[in-house]
Amino acid sequence: MDSTLALQLLIQGILLGGLYGLIALGLSLIFGVMGVINFAHGQMMVIGMYISYWIFALLGVEPYLSLVIVSAAIFVLGYVIQSSVVNRILDYPEAMQVLPLVAIGIILENTALLLWGPDHRSPHTAFSLDTIWLGEAMIDVSRLIAFSMAIIITFAIFIFLRKSNMGKCIRAAADNRMAATLVGINVSRINNFSFGLGAATTGAAGALLLPLMPLSPNLGHDFTLTAFIVVILGGMGNLVGALVGGLILGVAESMSTLFLPSTLKQVVSFGILIVIMLFRPQGLLGGKK
Amino acid sequence: MTRLTILLAVVLSILLLVPLFLEKYVLGIFIMIFFYAYLGQSWNILTGYTGHISLGHALYVGVGAYTSTYLAQNYGLSPWIGMLVGGVFAVIIALFLGYLGFRFGLRGVYFVILTIAFAEITRLIVSHVEALGSFSGIFLDFNPSFWNFQFRGNVPYYYIALGFMVFSIIVVRILEGSRAGRFMVAIREDEEAAQALGVNAFKYNMIAIALSAFMTSLAGTFYANYIFYLHPDTLFGMALSIELILRPIIGGLGTILGPVLGSFILTPLSEISRAYFTKGGFEGLHLILYGIIAVLVVLFMPKGIIYYVKRWLNPVLRLDNRTYVYSEKGSEAEAES
Repeated sequence: MDSTLALQLLIQGILLGGLYGLIALGLSLIFGVMGVINFAHGQMMVIGMYISYWIFALLGVEPYLSLVIVSAAIFVLGYVIQSSVVNRILDYPEAMQVLPLVAIGIILENTALLLWGPDHRSPHTAFSLDTIWLGEAMIDVSRLIAFSMAIIITFAIFIFLRKSNMGKCIRAAADNRMAATLVGINVSRINNFSFGLGAATTGAAGALLLPLMPLSPNLGHDFTLTAFIVVILGGMGNLVGALVGGLILGVAESMSTLFLPSTLKQVVSFGILIVIMLFRPQGLLGGKK
Repeated sequence: MTRLTILLAVVLSILLLVPLFLEKYVLGIFIMIFFYAYLGQSWNILTGYTGHISLGHALYVGVGAYTSTYLAQNYGLSPWIGMLVGGVFAVIIALFLGYLGFRFGLRGVYFVILTIAFAEITRLIVSHVEALGSFSGIFLDFNPSFWNFQFRGNVPYYYIALGFMVFSIIVVRILEGSRAGRFMVAIREDEEAAQALGVNAFKYNMIAIALSAFMTSLAGTFYANYIFYLHPDTLFGMALSIELILRPIIGGLGTILGPVLGSFILTPLSEISRAYFTKGGFEGLHLILYGIIAVLVVLFMPKGIIYYVKRWLNPVLRLDNRTYVYSEKGSEAEAES
């Protein structure tokens, strides 16, 4: 086996894994607080990518800067979805919780299709063709930036949840909704905020992904599934687990292209998912519930 | 004879006569109504009765379609027999999936994701198998004959699809009145409590998933010989799995007529709006509409449309309590057994 190629794939896997972690972090946060699975997660990210794309195409602002605006926009989207739909279905049986979010995913995906058409778009951002050589391995600058920013955002969210008042309220609501209500936390507002925050992280991930892959409306579905796998790998509702799971999955998918055609790399991730479900359904780092 | 039975008999006889008067396009819409009602009903057996949500039921449609087509093309086996072989394959896969999921009591979200994973893995594998047409899919040759499950015009397909739908209604009706069906409902309501009362939850979950998968796969063979083109993305993809669950949920989950009603409402809407909007250059708009309807129904009619229709028809049909609480006749059967 070509060791340079392996090293290269390992690095690429880690870099992409950081982004997977960021996407999954949002999903895990939403699950941890509300106990619902956001089946529209990847589709939200795609909307974020389109916003970022248009800001770049029209105003020439780099995705790394427009990330703030994108996150804010997707935060609002998440907040609205939570307050208008998800808050009403929290007590429904699970089958009824799944459908509305799947339906929102369909709505978002087809809104993107309707507004922007089915064509693939790949913007040429500032660093999209730059590379650094690390020994014999080549690293894309845009991947490196995306990874670093993903890690920074992940840690910023950890600190926010640990230190800020709002973050403490979120953790309280996730721990025990009833008790949180009793001590005077407005839980439905916390829910809205958490869904918004979870959505905003995936929106940020979308902006970071934009320079890395061609954009098309049906991209979301695969990322929703990837985020599920990462979250189950790390443990549902476990935020550190999301990061660890993301890195593992990124490396596994990337390394698998040594043996398999790249179109089959998802078989590897689903294989990992099934193995994890069999032997450690609570996830590597243990989950909530 | 209850009045409901009479109503259903009237509806059925109208449906039997309808092909005499309708043109091909409208007939095609009816075929899709029956097709999705059948699929929804098959899915309903698992999710409506045991409460385990499958979002990967397209898997079984695909297995049915590919198995019968492969056997017909390579061994000249009639799809009528290939359909049953596909059913057996679907049951084997479903039992494996069920074993993984139910052994650990994986519920809710975990089970949903397991079913998605199975469907996606199969889709990706089929996309890479040369003998199954890989990415480009399989085209079926058109050799009309009964033995080949292929016909000229839509009328034979209409009656076959209608037959499928009626068959599924009968199966679910029998299931609902049976001991096994009642155990499944108990599992749906509270799996642990059911087990505490001595219901072998694992066994009845497995029965439900096997029956559901078998019936779903039969529809795959029908699809293959009606559409004449198989593609891994359309047959194993998530889009079909979602299509398939919308109707029973909107019509009424865990009821006999809910999936059928759901299909009668949603399928024409979907077919017509798709044709209309795509012509107008609004690709995707019909799915947006679809999604909005699904969200609104779940928010405002969580029991499904059938519940309101029943309440509305109650003065005419004199259903009384019978259809709200699962039929009293069933409890007599319970006492006898």
